[in-house]
Amino acid sequence: MIKAVMVMNTQGKSRLAKFYEYLSVEKQQELIRGVFSVLCSRAENVSNFIDAESIFGQDSRLVYKHFATLYFVFVFDSSENELAVLDLIQVFVETLDKCFQNVCELDIVFNYSKIHTILDEMVFGGQVVETSSSEIMKAVEEISKCFLSPFLLSCVKMHVDDVRFSTFALFLI
Amino acid sequence: MKEYIIRLVYVEMLGHDASFGYIHAVKMIHDDSLLVKRTGYLAVTLFLNEDHDLIILIVNTIQKDLKSDNYLVVCAALNAVCKLINEETIPAVLPQIVELLAHPKEAVRKKAIMALHRFYQKSPSSVSHLVSNFRKRLCDNDPGVMGATLCPLFDLITNDVNSYKDLVISFVSILKQVAERRLPKAYDYHQMPAPFIQIKLLKILALLGSSDKQASENMYTVVGDIFRKCDSSSNIGNAVLYECICCVSSIYPNPKLLESAADAISRFLKSDSHNLKYMGIDALGRLIKISPEIAEQHQLAVIDCLEDPDDTLKRKTFELLYKMTKSTNVEVIVDRMIDYMNSINDNHYKTEIASRCVELAEQFAPSNQWFIQTMNKVFEHAGDLVNIKVAHNLMRLIAEGFGEDDDTADSQLRSSAVESYLHILGEPKLPSVFLQVICWVLGEYGTADGKYSASYITGKLCDVAEAYSNDETVKAYAVTALMKIYAFEIAAGRKVDMLPECHSLMEEFLASHSTDLQQRAYELQAVIGLDAHAVESILPSDASCEDIEVDKALSFLNDYIQEAIEKGAQPYIPESERTGMLNISNFRNQDHHEASSHGLRFEAYELPKQTVQARIPPASLASTELVPVPEPMYPRESYQTTTVPSVSSDAASTELKLRLDGVQKRWGRQTHFPSTSTSNSTSLKTVNGITQVDGSNTANSRTRETYDSRKQVEISPEKQKLAASLFGGPSKTEKKSATGHKSSKPSSHMVKSHAPKSSMEVASEKTSVQQPPDLLDFGEPTVKSTAPSLDPFKDLEGLLEPTTQVSSAVNHSSTAAVTKSPDIMGLYTETTAGAHHKDSDILSGLSNPPMTNMVGGTTTMQVAQSSKGPNLKDSLEKDALVRQMGVTPSSQNPNLFKDILG
Repeated sequence: MIKAVMVMNTQGKSRLAKFYEYLSVEKQQELIRGVFSVLCSRAENVSNFIDAESIFGQDSRLVYKHFATLYFVFVFDSSENELAVLDLIQVFVETLDKCFQNVCELDIVFNYSKIHTILDEMVFGGQVVETSSSEIMKAVEEISKCFLSPFLLSCVKMHVDDVRFSTFALFLI
Repeated sequence: MKEYIIRLVYVEMLGHDASFGYIHAVKMIHDDSLLVKRTGYLAVTLFLNEDHDLIILIVNTIQKDLKSDNYLVVCAALNAVCKLINEETIPAVLPQIVELLAHPKEAVRKKAIMALHRFYQKSPSSVSHLVSNFRKRLCDNDPGVMGATLCPLFDLITNDVNSYKDLVISFVSILKQVAERRLPKAYDYHQMPAPFIQIKLLKILALLGSSDKQASENMYTVVGDIFRKCDSSSNIGNAVLYECICCVSSIYPNPKLLESAADAISRFLKSDSHNLKYMGIDALGRLIKISPEIAEQHQLAVIDCLEDPDDTLKRKTFELLYKMTKSTNVEVIVDRMIDYMNSINDNHYKTEIASRCVELAEQFAPSNQWFIQTMNKVFEHAGDLVNIKVAHNLMRLIAEGFGEDDDTADSQLRSSAVESYLHILGEPKLPSVFLQVICWVLGEYGTADGKYSASYITGKLCDVAEAYSNDETVKAYAVTALMKIYAFEIAAGRKVDMLPECHSLMEEFLASHSTDLQQRAYELQAVIGLDAHAVESILPSDASCEDIEVDKALSFLNDYIQEAIEKGAQPYIPESERTGMLNISNFRNQDHHEASSHGLRFEAYELPKQTVQARIPPASLASTELVPVPEPMYPRESYQTTTVPSVSSDAASTELKLRLDGVQKRWGRQTHFPSTSTSNSTSLKTVNGITQVDGSNTANSRTRETYDSRKQVEISPEKQKLAASLFGGPSKTEKKSATGHKSSKPSSHMVKSHAPKSSMEVASEKTSVQQPPDLLDFGEPTVKSTAPSLDPFKDLEGLLEPTTQVSSAVNHSSTAAVTKSPDIMGLYTETTAGAHHKDSDILSGLSNPPMTNMVGGTTTMQVAQSSKGPNLKDSLEKDALVRQMGVTPSSQNPNLFKDILG
């Protein structure tokens, strides 16, 4: 099963972290830091797989993919296939891309709950439930239909609030 | 409120405490608005765990929501069910979930199945009666639901293969349909029909078909089909291919499928992508169990991977090498592993690789000498990470030698060990475990061959004790070693004059805080004062592996007891028979037993001297570190009569005996010859195979030949040598000839023409080539033991330098990390502080807690709470006010914007 999904930027700030087994906040932070320290020490053009036993304990592998300023990281055990998970990341990113038209780091910061919705449609309780990005899109759109105009307004508000947590965004403003 | 909660989730993701807001998230899931409810569920699943106190407030809502008409609400509730329902609350929601399995919406069915799966993971007994539901859902007409059902089925089948054998046919037919593109187009991914479902199905088939011929035969056609249809240009195609290989290697072997699997592997290994190489190595490791000869074809590719800069690939390759280690290639592989071990500084992996080295060395060591050298290297570089048992094994090996009656070989082994250790002692900073071994060996055998004088050895030992003055165990070992050396000297009738530094060391130890050290020092003093005869009986030379006779019944005390009872003493009542303390004493007995058996393992090697101490007349303050004496009645006597040490030594000696048998078989000299002879015979077989079955094999070897000759141009002779030595055992004679005459082209024709004529000749050539020249050669320890032992130590010297480099690198990186982290923190405080300044009124409630947390650490939690209280209230009040005025909270936005911008 999949143990965790993380998205972090190249500075090591986590943008999305979802653990499918409960972990305390401190432990989560420790793991994120551990993963980042491994990721940032990897060269270009090496494989996308890392043996994560030293961070996550027995029987855990890690697959990551680097897009622009973001690392997408999936941690899972031996019941998944590494190459397939690599493609799952691809599906995830493709879906995000369809959702936000040319997704970037800020989209993830500003649409935090939507990202979670997408992820929940793909991975449910640690198992992959849906792998077709069009199906995921359909489901997500149906959900966002309920979030009509008031949602848009609140979205804007959310953007502004979230700015506080992102140095990057602050810099932009 | 919704935005606050989302923000709170974000805050917690960044690593700050947000527990004050959990209750608001719980409140939100009671809300009527779908939007708010979903947000609430999201927050709750991220905040809470299944044993949290607030769960009790949620269960009721979940129950209600599962019955909702709006399927989005149901989905959200199911999401929460997965994460938040624990074993006790499963019955509360189970009926609804089962109903949902027949829901018209496929998304709901899918999630209901996953929720059931989750329940199964949490407590298999609670849903055991519902397992048939999974089978039913497998026939669902929505492929998404069917695909999702495969996840729980995979788990179920992993646990119990036999009860699902009947599903083989259905899985095969599903797989066939998928492969024939009968699924909706939406499931195509990069022109592959539903690859994820294919992968899951192949995984299941691999489980079902393992060692089941009948089931496997059903799968052959469809797996073969997939092999053919997979396009290997896309990533996902390769994923399916890899899964096919795994499946093939797991089910009952089929030659045709194995062949296509081997083809796929060679494609993987030849590709430029590291990911594919990684998968190739992994697949090779799986297939090698079935057909070991497949590795030869890929030896050069494997070597390339071994030298690749990619760490993950390297590790995988070492895993593969570990799997294919044989007695013929163990030296090369372990050498490589140690080299690699030196180059990394990840402790977790270092420990693993060190234990693997030890394991391989124990299993396949061609000679004792090699084993000792290898162990030395392992200890030197990863000493603190190795299990102490390994050190004890090594000591025992040195003490027992070959275990046979060849004394000269034994003593040669020991003197070479002593020599090497004296050499190694010159190095700065050795791990504690290794020092213990060194001290023990020097004490036991330092002066045995008369090469080194006692004063030289004792000087060295004193140096050790001084240099590692904060390691009590090492000091204790050193003192005991000193005592042994002096005892041997006295026993041999030589005059003992203690070195001045030894004197000062003893004085220091006599006043030591550690009772153990103190005791040992006193013992040393006492032993030195005795005459030769007494000393010889106390510390007989080279008696470390002699068995110790134990009189468990303490019959020699009978007279004394008789006398005491006659004088009116109470007879001893065994602890178990004493009334009133039965339970406690039993308990304690158990405790004792455990403690002693535990202690045994670790103390095994101290035995000789301990028993020896015990034989010293009462002057010795026996065994303080041993188990407390069970009979309190005759404390002094029991000390005298070595009860306690004897019990332990008895058990230990049996343990020694037991393990020793295995060891003899492994390391005994006899095994050395059989190992080569078996390799001879295998090589004979392969050679014969070539001559007899010419038709198919020539084709095979031709392809290999072309592969080689193509590679030949760019491959250095060293690489080939390495390849030959790694894959030495079963590899073809052409490889051998390549190593034999270094630069000559692999002219397989020539060798083949030799082969039929005199296969014996080839075999003998093989044995001579078997140990390639660039390796540490410990081939025949009996013949030339001292000469080769010199070389390895030069090598060792070379190896030591990298370690210092590594350690400096560690320092460097750690400082870097230290300098880095404040930086990040600084940035962070800046942002929060900035935010704090800009819009303090609304946001202070949020930005305060992180600030205080950061400044004062977790201890200031309470302060944070108190400071956060009023602020939160403030903001809530504000919120209420705003609502009262009929303005939605979101309309505050423009103001906020203004605040930040200006």
